[in-house]
Amino acid sequence: MSETASKRRPQYRNLTVPQLLVYLNRMPLAAKTSILHRASGALLFLCLPLVLVPLFGRSVESAETFAGLASWASHPLFKLVLLALIWSYLHHFCAGIRYLMLDMHVGNDKHSAQKSAGAVLVISLALTVILGLKLFGVW
Amino acid sequence: MDQQGLGQKRLVVGAHYGTLDFIVQRVTAIIMAIYTIVLLVGFLFMGELNYENWRNLFTFTCLGLPVGQMLATVAFLSVAWHAWVGVRDIWMDYVRPAGLRLVFQVLTLLWLVGSIAFFAKILWSL
Repeated sequence: MSETASKRRPQYRNLTVPQLLVYLNRMPLAAKTSILHRASGALLFLCLPLVLVPLFGRSVESAETFAGLASWASHPLFKLVLLALIWSYLHHFCAGIRYLMLDMHVGNDKHSAQKSAGAVLVISLALTVILGLKLFGVW
Repeated sequence: MDQQGLGQKRLVVGAHYGTLDFIVQRVTAIIMAIYTIVLLVGFLFMGELNYENWRNLFTFTCLGLPVGQMLATVAFLSVAWHAWVGVRDIWMDYVRPAGLRLVFQVLTLLWLVGSIAFFAKILWSL
């Protein structure tokens, strides 16, 4: 056992929501990217049989169900769900690539790790905005 | 071995289940990333976005083999195994009582196996 482990360390439990928000706000970029990696993965997991597989099914089943998706997509609520899933996929993808790079000891120093974490957040959000604009028919 | 058993010469014991999960998580991630790129390239080169072309992304054959369906199956199994490792990590981090954790883990497995069956039925009836 090392010295630090035997010392009594402060514990922060039962955090209230405002405290939690302050904590989230003060997290370094890499920590934000990390928790969002987990959150986006959990969302994709939950939506897998509820949204993603049924959606895939409708898109490939027949020409009629394929065409029917266009009318679903006109529903704003459906668009928001889709947008959340698109962001989840993009963030999880980008953050995952970053982790694979870190595994190979690329950009492991503090400075580059923070920079790549910021890049993951920005790139996935930017791609989500581009696809979102497409989804809402802006282009 | 140094006193703390750390570093490259530390003694590694156990059945290496953790190592397996670590490797599976990464290998399945790479498979999914490659399949994403395959789909994206197929999507960009398929011409007009219509039902026939879209369906063909998942049903194309090569030398009589249902390659489109095989790739999609491998990718979906990767999704499920990857999700199992990740979601199990979440339960291990946040759910302390062993019984409750077991319940969540079993439900996760059922959720994923159900998803696989659902997806396989759709894909292989095309």
